[in-house]
Amino acid sequence: MRSAEKTAKTVREALDLALAELGIGLEDAEYEILEMPKSGIWGLGSKEARVRVTTEENAARVAIAFLEPVLAKLGAKATCAVEEKEDFFWISYVGENMGRVIGRRGETLNALQYLVNLAVGKNLTKKPRIILDVEGYRQSRTETLAALAKKVANKVKRTGRDVMLEPMSPYERRIIHMTLQEDAFVQTLSQGEEPARRVVITKKRY
Amino acid sequence: MKEIVEHIARSLVDNPDAVKVIETETDDAIVLRLYTAPEDVGKVIGKQGRVAKSIRMVLKLATAPDGRKYTLEIE
Repeated sequence: MRSAEKTAKTVREALDLALAELGIGLEDAEYEILEMPKSGIWGLGSKEARVRVTTEENAARVAIAFLEPVLAKLGAKATCAVEEKEDFFWISYVGENMGRVIGRRGETLNALQYLVNLAVGKNLTKKPRIILDVEGYRQSRTETLAALAKKVANKVKRTGRDVMLEPMSPYERRIIHMTLQEDAFVQTLSQGEEPARRVVITKKRY
Repeated sequence: MKEIVEHIARSLVDNPDAVKVIETETDDAIVLRLYTAPEDVGKVIGKQGRVAKSIRMVLKLATAPDGRKYTLEIE
């Protein structure tokens, strides 16, 4: 949470000064009038208005302030879209030169996402997760993983043998678990230690 | 890239003013030495070096105009 206190001739002016200092709009702010202005006589006994504005930092804004300079320096010209979901923010970038920001199997993207979450966590009391996407990579990865999960599940049903998938990030493992949680014939569990933790798909035994 | 490492480090530590990056050169790399307040060193290294590793991953995307790579050292 940040706050600013300003004085000016009118409440409105003081408010604008404080908002400008915090770099936010009125819709993101709460304010308190500490002192009402008094005009006095010929300037005698006059008092300026005093206002305190507070704001709960917005996670998406902190995230973008963190990411923008990094992407710019890497020569990426990108536009960004933010979606606020129940318990996380989905921030996606599309633009020139963005493909390489993904990295091999998304490792650079994951590194950036890790850093942005730390930066957000440090600056906010409430810490929503940030999921960072570039060029729709995570979206298509989600679909690929869901398809993989179903394919492997079928194989497990057919052969009765456990199958261990390659190491994945927690988010990617979650996609596998979610895809198969309703499946009546197989179950999933994670084994091993980060960052080599992997999902195992096994046949349910009754 | 010096500015980027400074920017990332400042976003993670408690004493952003103490963050400093000094650039030195070798024949095949540009070395960025990152200095922080003593109590913040852990924040730029992270558990099992995860933060440092992530910063290095981002640095890997960049190449100096003459083709040299950047490396990061935390002091």
